[in-house]
Amino acid sequence: MARTPAELVGAQPDPPFEITFDGRRITARPGQSVAAALWGAGILAWRTTRGEGRPRGVFCGIGQCFDCLATINAQPNRRACLVPARPGDVITTQEGHGHDRLRV
Amino acid sequence: MTASESELYDLAVVGAGSAGLAGAVTASELGLSVALLDASAQTGGQFYRHPAPVVGAVRPEALHHDWSAYADLRRRLAESDVRHLPGHHVWSVMKDEEGGDVWAVHAVTGADGDGERPVRVQARAVLLATGAYERQLPFPGWTLPGVVGAGGAQAMLKSGLVLPGRRIVVAGSGPLLLAVASSLAAAGARVPVVVEASGYLQYARHPRALVTNPQKAVEALVHGTALLWHRVRVRPRSAVTEVHGTDRVEAVTVTRLDRDWRPVQGSGRRIECDALVVGHGLVPQIELATALGCATRPLPDGTSALALDGLQETTVRGLWAAGETGGVGGAQLAGAEGELAGVAAAARLLGRPAHGGRVRELQRRRDRMRSFADVMAATHAPGSGWPCWLTDDTDVCRCEEVTAGTIRESVEDLGARDARTVKLFTRAGMGWCQGRMCGPAVACLAARDGAADLPAERRPFAVPLPLAALAALDSPVVHQHEGRAAETETQSEPGALPPADG
Ligand code: FES
Repeated sequence: MARTPAELVGAQPDPPFEITFDGRRITARPGQSVAAALWGAGILAWRTTRGEGRPRGVFCGIGQCFDCLATINAQPNRRACLVPARPGDVITTQEGHGHDRLRV
Repeated sequence: MTASESELYDLAVVGAGSAGLAGAVTASELGLSVALLDASAQTGGQFYRHPAPVVGAVRPEALHHDWSAYADLRRRLAESDVRHLPGHHVWSVMKDEEGGDVWAVHAVTGADGDGERPVRVQARAVLLATGAYERQLPFPGWTLPGVVGAGGAQAMLKSGLVLPGRRIVVAGSGPLLLAVASSLAAAGARVPVVVEASGYLQYARHPRALVTNPQKAVEALVHGTALLWHRVRVRPRSAVTEVHGTDRVEAVTVTRLDRDWRPVQGSGRRIECDALVVGHGLVPQIELATALGCATRPLPDGTSALALDGLQETTVRGLWAAGETGGVGGAQLAGAEGELAGVAAAARLLGRPAHGGRVRELQRRRDRMRSFADVMAATHAPGSGWPCWLTDDTDVCRCEEVTAGTIRESVEDLGARDARTVKLFTRAGMGWCQGRMCGPAVACLAARDGAADLPAERRPFAVPLPLAALAALDSPVVHQHEGRAAETETQSEPGALPPADG
């Protein structure tokens, strides 16, 4: 019986690569979204809410809910469930609306 | 053909799932020039979502039901002249002002819509096959990381080959839960229980719909057998009424429900898990059409679908729709409707009658499957008592963090009677998702008796878009027939999303 989803579909992917999440190294597989790569590393939250500062991650998985917003390569408000992971991507936890650095 | 006509597609199809694919290839095979726009990089929609080619999955069908139907559509697409435009997020469909009977389909491009330049596709007719998104009902703890939509978990599994946890409770209502539970279990998760708020007895009250749709019974049997095999219990007439944990899911409370979905006092039982997958059916995604004034019809589960004629045309001439936009009924129904729409659009544009035999056969199949879809919708419609699951501090609107208490106050003290008024008082539904997640729940809370008919979806833009895309309306990249793209110098600013709460 399959132990992992990749075994189930008989995946024979190109070699995995590294991205970082808040400075920590994570292995991503080609073809995965940023969110899938984070899930693969056991990370479920990468954003805090504007009001209460509560942690959030993927909820709808298809680009509808905006719960999975992340800062990807210094760009805030990217939907991690839609954006493909690329080698060397730098993912950081997005706090609030993601534009804090712009505040004067 | 005049020069200006050569710049037009005959048909623009929005959405490359079962309905859109079937419509596009059918219309193309009948002689129309067709553009097929879809947000994803790959065809298949949500149902046939699958890993990218670089994953090298040799058995993608292991995660799918009826993969051969999709494989067939994909082959026909590859052999056709259909221009497939992946990564195109359509935000508006309009009648072109100068063009008379010409439609303009506006899209932003890229993985999450913040790519290069806005795009406009012009066509003489449009087929909307935008599918559905998931209906969510709030409950205490549903915003904790590890609580994931059932469709979302399925999507992440099918395309990313990942799971949200190792021990996953599946809860909500509707047949999708069984499908999701069996794929999670097949992929290595332990699923201790599937919690279904409705009973299944209702199906037995509609023997005709069951007998005429044997493939649905077979599907149920396949999932049922898979669940037995993986020792997954199914608990009807129950709900997850609370999620425990501080920063992520640690356990859930499963409670028995009465006929109206009110929790039975003292029946709660704690189940340890590290993820909860939850969904309460699907909501047709129809805002592109309602923005154009298309009429809608209420469905037995309180949602709205597009009102369509016998040949899948909406109440706006030249605008067809197929699949879940006309009511949620599954991939096979979507395929039949897409084909019917393709035949009808081709007949109209080519000025000849549709082949009677083929049309009648498709209509028969469609009507048969629609009748089953109605039984399904009625069986799993949320009971009026579900708001009893909510405590005053339960977040209802996830984006703006508006609690049930605040919404109840606006109804009881301020006199709000509908979702729109609640939104003005509380900001519920004003955030990023524009009410897609909380809309159904807010409408129910505003209606007091807990069972509002959902107002038809109305949103000014179907997807978020950079302001530059609006500014560039006059001169976007135009995807022309025969692949000649007339590029302009317009630049959009990546990341310049408008404030969703503006
Ligand atoms: S998880 Fe909902 S938008 Fe990404």
